[in-house]
Amino acid sequence: MIPAAFEYHVPKTLEETLRLLERHGDEAKVLAGGHSLLPLMKLRLAAPRYVIDIGRLRGMSYIREENGQIAIGALTTHADLESSALLLMRCPLLPETAAEIGDVQVRNRGTLGGSLAHADPAGDYPASILALDAEIIAASTAGTRTICARDFFVDMLTTQLRPGEILSQVRVPPLAPRTGAAYCKLHQPASGFAIVGVAARLTLGKGGKIDSAAVGITGVGPKAYRAAAVEKALRGKKPSPKLLADAARHAAQGVEPLSDLHASAEYRREMAAVFTRRALERAIARAQGKKA
Amino acid sequence: MAVEIQVRVNGKTHDSRVEPRLLLVHYLRDVLGLTGTHIGCETSLCGACTVLLDGKAVKSCTVLAVQADGSEVTTIEGLAAQAPGNGAKGGLHPVQEGFWEKHGLQCGYCTPGMILTSVQLLEDNPDPSEAEIRRALAGNLCRCTGYQHIIEAVRYAAKKMSKGKR
Ligand SMILES: Cc1cc2nc3c(=O)[nH]c(=O)nc-3n(C[C@H](O)[C@H](O)[C@H](O)COP(=O)(O)OP(=O)(O)OC[C@H]3O[C@@H](n4cnc5c(N)ncnc54)[C@H](O)[C@@H]3O)c2cc1C
Ligand code: FES
Ligand code: FES
Repeated sequence: MIPAAFEYHVPKTLEETLRLLERHGDEAKVLAGGHSLLPLMKLRLAAPRYVIDIGRLRGMSYIREENGQIAIGALTTHADLESSALLLMRCPLLPETAAEIGDVQVRNRGTLGGSLAHADPAGDYPASILALDAEIIAASTAGTRTICARDFFVDMLTTQLRPGEILSQVRVPPLAPRTGAAYCKLHQPASGFAIVGVAARLTLGKGGKIDSAAVGITGVGPKAYRAAAVEKALRGKKPSPKLLADAARHAAQGVEPLSDLHASAEYRREMAAVFTRRALERAIARAQGKKA
Repeated sequence: MAVEIQVRVNGKTHDSRVEPRLLLVHYLRDVLGLTGTHIGCETSLCGACTVLLDGKAVKSCTVLAVQADGSEVTTIEGLAAQAPGNGAKGGLHPVQEGFWEKHGLQCGYCTPGMILTSVQLLEDNPDPSEAEIRRALAGNLCRCTGYQHIIEAVRYAAKKMSKGKR
């Protein structure tokens, strides 16, 4: 299993990368951690003419606070996200999500930017990025633009990124007071990818009612989505086990679940409700300051 | 078009010209003759091809040799020499010793990968629980042992290495 031949470029700077991308257009693929692209190239499902290796670009792997948000460089690995002290304190949903990806070796190589740009329907981050209302920064020779998570995922393996653009940074908000978040995943036992993955972020008001609810779901449909019907059923209500379970039943509303070797559409729909309930329960407990 | 790379493997610097599509595992096995790194699945799933790349466990069937340019690679052949106090005089790395003492292998196919992943684990977490060991080795499959003896081998190494530090 050997990839088809390609021309290899290792640009030294982001500017050089963007110029190469502009020049080679569709015939070029950027290589970050390589843990989605190389398997596809080995199977000859992808055979780019030019491979532009951004894996060692300097200054694109970082996690830092910036203007009240947390900025994460596209080349930050899953392992770095999983163990970041800053994220564990200010945005623990991301480390919890990163820890669920693949195995140690995959987490050592794979990157946040690569995972989002790849937009695998069974990828983990999309659920959390949606629940966090993250912002995604895209760079090209024309400059940078900001894409909100809700607009970013277009279809299976398709995002808003245009040819010639690279994802350079992701911005997430730090956890607000009285807020709890959780990621719950049903693993496909052989590959480890998500059959269903649910990220929930809930904020309680002063009286203990749910002020805001954001639920991102991956694995179920061709792209990750926000479960608007679940969120609506929760907003303004006092949390109870019954409320959470009833709301979770809407997890796949308006979505046509995928059906494959690993799980039928019916099973995915059912598991979406189960894992949404679990994510909501855990998020509420955390918002209430309980250990969960 | 071949590309020049420089890779330090088990402490020795190699300058090579390689095709960009050459996988790191093939570079190690076919170019450098280090066949201790095994190929199991070729599809990034089994972990038999695991080596340390700049100290981190990676599946060398899912890394291009050109991505290792300028990096340091440790394979099973070079591990013993890196063990504290071992130097050039041979002997086993404590993790290798653990696999020997606790029967952590049967056919041995998965063993180099198991050992190198365990080395990173013990570096990050010198006293792992059973659950932590199982989680760390989730990317390494074994068709023979049923894993229990592998867990015990890693525990043995953890104990031995912590003694060495005191
Ligand atoms: C055995 C195995 C198990 C896995 N399990 C999981 C899992 O459980 N959950 C999960 O979510 N993922 C899983 N993955 C996928 C893994 O997380 C990948 O690392 C990730 O999907 C892609 O990131 P990468 O850095 O490796 O990207 P690459 O493979 O380098 O690139 C992927 C795609 O994105 C493009 N790209 C990369 N970086 C950028 C950028 N900055 N801007 C624009 N385009 C870019 C590339 O051109 C390519 O098309 C698994 C992979 C393997 C091999
Ligand atoms: S041969 Fe590399 S993971 Fe199986
Ligand atoms: S000892 Fe045979 S595969 Fe593990």
